[in-house]
Amino acid sequence: MALTTQKELDLRQIHDTEFPLPDEIQGTLAVTSLSRIYNWSRRSSMWPLLFGLACCAIEMIGMASSRFDFSRFGMEVMRASPRQSDLIIVSGTVTKKMVVPIVRIYNQMPEPKYILAMGACASGGGPFKEGYNVVSGIDKYLPVDVYVPGCPPTPQSLLYGLIALQKKIDGQSIANADDVPWYGAGPSEPTPIPILGPDIIDPRQMDIIRRQAEYAAQGKPYGVRELPPPMEIKKKVSAKAAALAAATVAAAPEPLDENRLKRRMEALERRRAFATKNPEV
Amino acid sequence: MVDQIAPEQTHTIDEAIAVLKQRFPNVVSDDSRPGYQGVVIEKNRLVEVATYIRDQLGFDYLSSATAVDYHGLEGSTDHLEMVYHSYRISGGSALVFKAQTEREQAEIPSLIDVWPGADFQEREAWDLYGIRFPGHPNLRRILLWEGFGGHPMRKDWKEPYYEQEHKPFESRWPAGYVFRAEEKNAYGHNVQYPADFDLSRLKDTSDEDVYNSMGLGVDVQSLGGDDISTDRLVVNMGPHHPSTHGVFRMVMTLNGETIDQLEPVMGYLHRNHEQIGERNTYIQNIPFTDRLDYLSSMGNNHGYVLTIEQLLAKGARYQPPTYRAEVIRVLMVELQRIVSHLWSVGFLLNDLGAFFTPMLYANNEREKILDFFEATAGSRLMCNYMRFGGVFKDVPERIYGVANYVNDRVRDVDTMEFLTAMINERLPRFLDEYEHYLLDNEIIKTRCIGVGVIPADMAIAYSCAGPLLRASGVPYDVRRAEPYSIYPELDFDIPTGENGDIYDRMVVRLKEMRESLRILRQILPRLESTKGESIYAGRRDYNVRAPLGESYARVENSKGELGFYVVSAGDPKGTQNPWRYHIRAPSFINLTALGPMSKGHKVADVVTILGSIDIVLGETDR
Ligand code: SF4
Repeated sequence: MALTTQKELDLRQIHDTEFPLPDEIQGTLAVTSLSRIYNWSRRSSMWPLLFGLACCAIEMIGMASSRFDFSRFGMEVMRASPRQSDLIIVSGTVTKKMVVPIVRIYNQMPEPKYILAMGACASGGGPFKEGYNVVSGIDKYLPVDVYVPGCPPTPQSLLYGLIALQKKIDGQSIANADDVPWYGAGPSEPTPIPILGPDIIDPRQMDIIRRQAEYAAQGKPYGVRELPPPMEIKKKVSAKAAALAAATVAAAPEPLDENRLKRRMEALERRRAFATKNPEV
Repeated sequence: MVDQIAPEQTHTIDEAIAVLKQRFPNVVSDDSRPGYQGVVIEKNRLVEVATYIRDQLGFDYLSSATAVDYHGLEGSTDHLEMVYHSYRISGGSALVFKAQTEREQAEIPSLIDVWPGADFQEREAWDLYGIRFPGHPNLRRILLWEGFGGHPMRKDWKEPYYEQEHKPFESRWPAGYVFRAEEKNAYGHNVQYPADFDLSRLKDTSDEDVYNSMGLGVDVQSLGGDDISTDRLVVNMGPHHPSTHGVFRMVMTLNGETIDQLEPVMGYLHRNHEQIGERNTYIQNIPFTDRLDYLSSMGNNHGYVLTIEQLLAKGARYQPPTYRAEVIRVLMVELQRIVSHLWSVGFLLNDLGAFFTPMLYANNEREKILDFFEATAGSRLMCNYMRFGGVFKDVPERIYGVANYVNDRVRDVDTMEFLTAMINERLPRFLDEYEHYLLDNEIIKTRCIGVGVIPADMAIAYSCAGPLLRASGVPYDVRRAEPYSIYPELDFDIPTGENGDIYDRMVVRLKEMRESLRILRQILPRLESTKGESIYAGRRDYNVRAPLGESYARVENSKGELGFYVVSAGDPKGTQNPWRYHIRAPSFINLTALGPMSKGHKVADVVTILGSIDIVLGETDR
């Protein structure tokens, strides 16, 4: 999409530097690999889902509008349907009630799909982490590709995050099945959808929940893990340094050498004189 | 001579209380706790007294209804309490009344018949505090889901990441040994399950409950069968929908294209502001208020600092904010009102189908104001700017920024010149242009006039606030009804509509921006003349100790009346943390009227009606 605004396709974008070209034909001819051209076309038309969660969504819209204008990077079409989008920008606090629809939406997106966690909340819970209805980051449920820090991240930093995602895509290769799992055999597994019980339940955690319930039935402590006691913060001292320190203590501090003391006093005097002469320094 | 006053002639709150006590001896008594105000009403006769308060004393506007838990407080009985703040729509201060109930089997009669605006607030009290309201027709959880374990705002309920009652937590300070909260939790998530939790009986009923409560008579489970002979259609909008302004959900039953019934479902952004706020110290809450209505952070700051200042004023060492601080506060708040209204009008047009183009123009102007905020407070959106007794920083001499180049040059302008040009030229010019294109537009007129009407009496009964209330012709604006800050000395009008439809709401917002500009033009000379004066009263106090008592302050925010109810209880030397921290959120309460307002309209109109209420989900769900 971005290309239509340019007069002609700049072939340098897709040229693979592995195949050197003479200077005079650069920009008119490109020799490239399939991976590269595939990645280039994917990352130049990355359509995000029109999906706002919380305060960060305001900055996301700010980024989409004229001043910052992310369509410069081939992302101008924000699609409201997950079926038509490649990227989901999780822009805000993920609550337990909301994570259920988010996982559903993610499952509905066609592959290849990417997730960008925007802001402190989506990355790790943010200022609201301790709240009883807040999920400590979307990565507890879905795989995140790029984290953008900030509360909220400025439009500039979000743009930077999107460019980072493009770089990530550039580095992928069709030859590597780990990079392109969506070409594997058979449909890929959907992420299990969380269940709203007395608290949110991740279906992948059923086992541990069952085990903890057994502990509870036996009257054992459950649900909490004891942490080791706070560590004492000690300065680490290497053997050599310790020996040196011992030696310096042993050698009783001598009174300062007379000459050295004199020189130091002179230096101090000079500095004072300089300071009074040049008060602005 | 109290007994000679007829109820309708009571002017002051004290007179009203005297009449009440005389009329209902043994039922109404003074709230005698130190620092508290208002009366306590015997709960069995609450409805009767409330009706009297509304009809005879004329307090026809229920601003806020909220619960407080007094569990484990030294020197207090163990009880739950509902606190109501009622006002006269003609202005004046609040008549506060309370009803108390024991914690087990907590029950307080519902006031929904007296003030329909109590609907959502009572549901919230049931959800978070577990108080039942006999007489409420639809008492279900509103912010959390049906089936959630416990009522989380009760003082004896501990969240999974619970560490300590109050901040600063000992683990962080002074030793500085920090761990991640997940590490302590056996599941590694922010979850906990009751001891007798049986996984095998687990069923996710959160959605079914919504449908059942609407009385659909349709078994959602069997909708896939072939026996559907109903001609009503259930349509879900949201929580992921481009025109619900965030994660808001509406469940509608349609008769053809017409809406039979509409049920708002919220809580998808319930981030537990109030509970976190009760763990925080007073000053730690300021950045959290930014994130309530995230389009008007300055307004939220203002409401909160006013509340705490009102609380501090009960103590001896209180110094009110300086004049310059007040001037800067009003400057910020009015600019922020313009920001928010620009956004809301822009988005209303989005909802009408003018996808994004009008929004882009509005956003361009908004960015200019945000630049000024960034230069002053350090942040574009979350300003965290006001403090108790002043503001965080003075307005800078120059607006300087390397991050946003303008025509490839570093932005560097004189602040006063920038403000003057913006207030006197740029924004008025923009508004002229905007109004020129919008107000006479054929499509906008056809789609907005006469749609989503809410008459004045209904708007008052439903506790609507802000432009929504004023568009129905009620000139109620907190800046005039109960003036605060330096608004009494400023000259401005309160724009009102006539019909209370979508069009009027848009016009009211456009006119309000003009009034804000008028205020700002009066602020500029004041800003100039107070230059160099102190922006902070007294010594900067980072760890304030608030005297005991309660306080409720409200401001006219862009979405409507924003109130904060803060109780300071506990340490007689003064508390560092609020015992109760409640937000009267205009976006939340305005939604009460959405159902009645959309009945009988087409499904496409509901999007516009919602847009015209102008909600922000951060505030709706808190
Ligand atoms: S990171 Fe900050 S700005 Fe973003 S959603 Fe969370 S609280 Fe809001």
